[in-house]
Amino acid sequence: MGGRGLQWMTTLQILVSLGIGLASTAGFATPVQDRQNLLDYFAGKFPAIPPGNYVYGSLAFDPDSMAQYKSIMDFPPFGSVIDQAQQMWNTPFKNGKTYAGCFPDGGKNVAGNYPYFDVRSNKVVTFEMALNACRTANGEPAYAYGDPATLGKLTAYARTLSDGMLMNVKVDGAAAEAAFNAGKRLFYARRGQLGFSCASCHVMEAGARYRSEILSPVLGQATHWPVFRGGGDTPVTLQARFAGCDKMLRAQPFALGSTEYNDLEYFYSYISNGLPLKASVFRK
Amino acid sequence: MCTRTSLIVIVSVIGGLSLNAANAANAANAGRVAPVTGKQLAFDSAKGNCLSCHAMPTIPDAEAAGTVGPPLIAMQVRYPDKAQLRAEIWNAMVSNPDTVMPPFGKNKILTEQEIDKITDFVYGL
Ligand code: HEC
Ligand code: HEC
Repeated sequence: MGGRGLQWMTTLQILVSLGIGLASTAGFATPVQDRQNLLDYFAGKFPAIPPGNYVYGSLAFDPDSMAQYKSIMDFPPFGSVIDQAQQMWNTPFKNGKTYAGCFPDGGKNVAGNYPYFDVRSNKVVTFEMALNACRTANGEPAYAYGDPATLGKLTAYARTLSDGMLMNVKVDGAAAEAAFNAGKRLFYARRGQLGFSCASCHVMEAGARYRSEILSPVLGQATHWPVFRGGGDTPVTLQARFAGCDKMLRAQPFALGSTEYNDLEYFYSYISNGLPLKASVFRK
Repeated sequence: MCTRTSLIVIVSVIGGLSLNAANAANAANAGRVAPVTGKQLAFDSAKGNCLSCHAMPTIPDAEAAGTVGPPLIAMQVRYPDKAQLRAEIWNAMVSNPDTVMPPFGKNKILTEQEIDKITDFVYGL
């Protein structure tokens, strides 16, 4: 315990030498470098954790929780929600078409390509936005973006069709890079009354305990959404989790589906490139 | 020094009294007591929430503490000058601009009086 302060200083020095975590250096690196810096940083901080295990978040740091997770995932208590979601996915629109028809290969192995940057609208497009676009293209009203009972639930099945796909998000061109950088800035900015940044907890202090919770590293945090927390049956999307952490910072959360959170999701997803997707998992 | 000590005594007596009153009032709904003492303010998740990051090894009921910050122990040895301890709690970013510890005074997360009480409590750890 006594060495904690020292350990902490080392962490900071590594951060400084890598040029990440500090607002003053944000913007100079390319997305490729940003991702590599984080990979190197975490490899140095947690040499015993293979990068593939980052998808497990804080579970990768605690064998007991991991064992509990595995047994819960053998027979998930939220299984019936996924079944209902599958039915939503399979039920044809009034025009007879289906969600599957909106995506290549019936929607298999596509979620890892999202979010992508759409040059025509000059905006980040998330997978949920694509599901809604599928609805409106077929004459159905769009679902409310943050609604767990509709869009959230549909996502809880639709994303499982991409389980095992490796995250494959592209940042090509100046406009896409600008959106990525906006997300990155939000990630490293100190916000809210408590003055934390997302990076405070999920980069600098990753692996440490905040109260009794182990802080997960940002790498791999984008791969497994929505999650079901504590045995409940409400799907929690990645952006809903952003909002939850924002409240913890005592910062005003952005709207789900806002440009701010979409850009943050874009940054998040890109840095998880190469990691396998697995949707609808259990979290504490 | 003398007045300081008696002040603390008075404060803690008053604290104790209002606690009892609050306890009586809340007996039915057994709600959480409003934090009054330095310890309560340090523990309360809506106030100092210090335990989320710091262990306090000399306090038996300081349970489920975090490891983000160093354990708070032997503080009088580490901070012979109490004002410096207070300054660290008021704004830890002065000694370390990249700290994750919230600037409790600067960002008005706690009042000056609350910081005084927490400083007294932490100084005794
Ligand atoms: C004061 C600490 C703290 C800050 C600051 C913080 N978080 Fe968190 N975050 C947590 C804790 C605790 C958890 C739950 C344990 C875990 O999975 O890391 C969590 C979980 C998450 C998760 C879910 C990980 C998973 O696999 O289930 C995401 C995503 C996340 N945070 C994003 C953010 C974002 C984005 C920000 C900034 C807006 C942020 N966090 C700021 C403490 C924090
Ligand atoms: C979100 C995490 C967090 C919270 C909450 C927090 N601290 Fe800290 N604290 C730290 C970290 C990290 C350090 C290490 C020094 C640094 O970052 O400069 C620290 C350092 C300190 C130090 C200096 C210790 C030393 O050995 O030099 C004191 C004293 C302290 N904190 C007191 C408190 C008190 C009192 C509270 C509650 C009112 C509190 N902290 C809440 C994270 C936190």
